[in-house]
Amino acid sequence: MIVQAGEQGLPLEICGSRTKRCIGRPMQTAGRLSTRGLSGITLYEPTELVLSAKAGTPLDEIEALLDESGQELAFEPNRWENMMLTPAGAPASGEAPATIGGIFATNSSGPRRVLRGSARDHLIGVRAVNGLGEIFKSGGRVMKNVTGYDLSRGLAGTWGTLAALTEVTMKVMPKAPDTASIIILNLPDEAAVNAMCAAMKLPYEVSGTVHLPAEFVTRLSNPDIAQLGVSITAMRIENFPAAVSRRIAELRERLKPCGEIYQLDHDRSRGFWTDIRNMSFIGRGDVPVWRISIAPDRAPGLVRTLRNHTDCHIAYEWSGGLMWLELPPSTDAGATIIRRVIAEFEADAMLVRAGQSARAAVEVFHPLTDANMALIRGMKEAFDPKRILNPGRIHAGI
Amino acid sequence: MSGISVIKPRSDVLKRQDEIVSSLKGLLSARSLVIDEAGRRAFETDALTAYKRLPLAVALPQSSEEVADILCFCKSNDLRVVARGAGTSLSGGALPAEDSLVLGLSRMNRVLEVNLESRYIRVQTGITNLGVSNAVAASGFHYAPDPSSQLACTIGGNVGMNSGGAHCLKYGVTVNNILGLKMVTMNGDIIEFGGAHLDGAGYDFLPLIIGSEGQFGIVTEATLRILPKAENARPMMIGFQSSEAAGACVSAIIASGVLPVAIEFMDRPAIKVCEEFAQAGYPLDVEALLIVEVEGSKSEIEALLKKLEDIALQHDPSVIKLSQSEEETAAIWKGRKAAFGAIGRLADYYCMDGVIPLSTLPDALNRISEICRKHNLRVANIFHAGDGNLHPLIMYNANDADEKIRAERCGEEVLELCVDLGGCLTGEHGVGIEKRELMLAQFNSADLIQQMRVKSVFDPDWLLNPGKVFPLETQESYLSSVR
Repeated sequence: MIVQAGEQGLPLEICGSRTKRCIGRPMQTAGRLSTRGLSGITLYEPTELVLSAKAGTPLDEIEALLDESGQELAFEPNRWENMMLTPAGAPASGEAPATIGGIFATNSSGPRRVLRGSARDHLIGVRAVNGLGEIFKSGGRVMKNVTGYDLSRGLAGTWGTLAALTEVTMKVMPKAPDTASIIILNLPDEAAVNAMCAAMKLPYEVSGTVHLPAEFVTRLSNPDIAQLGVSITAMRIENFPAAVSRRIAELRERLKPCGEIYQLDHDRSRGFWTDIRNMSFIGRGDVPVWRISIAPDRAPGLVRTLRNHTDCHIAYEWSGGLMWLELPPSTDAGATIIRRVIAEFEADAMLVRAGQSARAAVEVFHPLTDANMALIRGMKEAFDPKRILNPGRIHAGI
Repeated sequence: MSGISVIKPRSDVLKRQDEIVSSLKGLLSARSLVIDEAGRRAFETDALTAYKRLPLAVALPQSSEEVADILCFCKSNDLRVVARGAGTSLSGGALPAEDSLVLGLSRMNRVLEVNLESRYIRVQTGITNLGVSNAVAASGFHYAPDPSSQLACTIGGNVGMNSGGAHCLKYGVTVNNILGLKMVTMNGDIIEFGGAHLDGAGYDFLPLIIGSEGQFGIVTEATLRILPKAENARPMMIGFQSSEAAGACVSAIIASGVLPVAIEFMDRPAIKVCEEFAQAGYPLDVEALLIVEVEGSKSEIEALLKKLEDIALQHDPSVIKLSQSEEETAAIWKGRKAAFGAIGRLADYYCMDGVIPLSTLPDALNRISEICRKHNLRVANIFHAGDGNLHPLIMYNANDADEKIRAERCGEEVLELCVDLGGCLTGEHGVGIEKRELMLAQFNSADLIQQMRVKSVFDPDWLLNPGKVFPLETQESYLSSVR
């Protein structure tokens, strides 16, 4: 199909279930190539911590199978497509469920990323088709592999602009038998970031940190938490039961000066982090949402500067290193302000949600230097010289 | 060994040697340039010592800007460039070509920034791996990847080869622990990738550059993730009368949900040599030994070791021994990390680095023994069992030309076996020149062409670290097809 499109010079939309179709730059393509029909787990060896699946395999199917053996995807795939749901909860464009290929193509990592690494970190092999219709493989099924260049991980996060993934092989990890979380109430943003950074410096392997402002807390599914009416700062421990109890106690002791601390036990902790992973704290509708990645200790400074220019509500994950911002609606979805402020900080900003016209008009992904862009153009040329695969999905003309 | 062909120097460049050296003198200070033969000899090989090539000159720059000037010069003079950290590559990754400039990063070894709040350290890439951990040790942090050569090897070399180490079962390898890189391209552009933050959105060049064996650019600075040190760590040794039992035990440990920080394996010949060297208290009357290390508080460690002991007991161990003190723990790791050196005192050896799916371990060990027997060579097996990364050390006498060739052929067969079993040629040492010609055992030509196209994006003239990674004929036919 790609060969044929190449001969006719017709660009193709490369997708799985299209759940993230409203994220990124809008595209016009003549045809569509979905990997949804390529479904099925082709290898699972629990004793080797490895799983292979065709790219169109639903994420849910993989997670359910892993769960049977007490294992999981340690990067806890982030379900940011959920923020595209309409207010009634219907998918805006997608035909759920999300596929594993889409998870790796967009490098979607959730709360546990801060401790255990990203989706791309866990990707150890791929089979893929480039823009010339040539099938190639990279990596393999063993977790240590430096044989040749690491094209597998290099394809993670390229949003189908270099190759269509057909099969992916990933490292999986044992799932901790127990978990609990602490919640600190009503901390201002900067104090919350400091508390989360302090927790990550301790040797207790905190596997998730999040700070939500009161406006976001009301959207969580646990009614007891949703009704709190104040900001919350949560931190998670996952381990075997005795270690969870001890580490939670240590954490509470160390963070005592921060104020009142509550505890979520096993089930409530799991429920809470499912909400975080599912992005339930972001409101439905089309209020612009930005994703900013930054060194955690620089986050408060960036936010102070930003608030001099605009109102915004911000959730902080990854101990402050990942921010989700809701901005007031505007024609450019806040791009002018964000880009101006962020230029003074070393950070990466992506416009995740906005109306199609705003996404078409502004740079959705972080603008790069000329030298970086030259390499990206070179990569496109090396994989897809005819510009068939998802053209313009990340950068105009690429 | 001399069976591997090395890329031929280009006579037109050699003819211009005097002219090139004289121009380099104008570009670099006397301290930054090595041109005398005795000085250049120090750079003629790496840890694959059977191969030596005297480079045309050696540059030892002190800044990214100086590296950029050198690379611009090389590009305009069509001069090949071989990056070098400490020269500890076991695959010939730092072997110069006779018409090349060696670009050594040993003088770029400073720590630029330590940020404990955001948990990173920014360094120049000539710093040693251990130097990074030492820089943050007093603050209770460490840098996780720990190759056995960590005392000498540089972060630049680690980036080039995507190095691992004994503890990467839990903490990952180099690519999982790097946040940002500064790289100088052959155009002289100084480019930042990533930074002090985690994943940006969109293209991520870090995993492409990490493990590219110095063929994409010269990496001059790196921002590394640092982690709080575990409260305590304690290893346990489990001896078995067969490698099958040891392999089954490793699988059972992983399936149990306990994830140790390290699971190391040694066979009888390796145990004997390492014990003589380190007096670590390794049991000498077993066929296979596992060193399994866990971390946590004292009580957590007790509980984990108890669980591991219960698992081990189901696999008929002949001895189970817990480290009783920090000194003993240090000795256990000293023995393991010194294994290559200890075996080197006995004989010359060829260190393999294949990876296999863990379930094939007993089969793999039996067949490795068979292959070595067939070639009439001794082998000691040491490896990272948790991730299936084998290091068979094939012993030979370097003064016996026939034995050298047999050792090399034996090594090739071992690596082909790894690929046949579903694994790969190299887990952490890199392809270099050593495994270059075997790449076609693992990849077909479409796979390799796609990799070579990526190489051309970064280095269209193929001047960086020439003659490595891809089979020479494959490189030549690719280059003639695109030129």
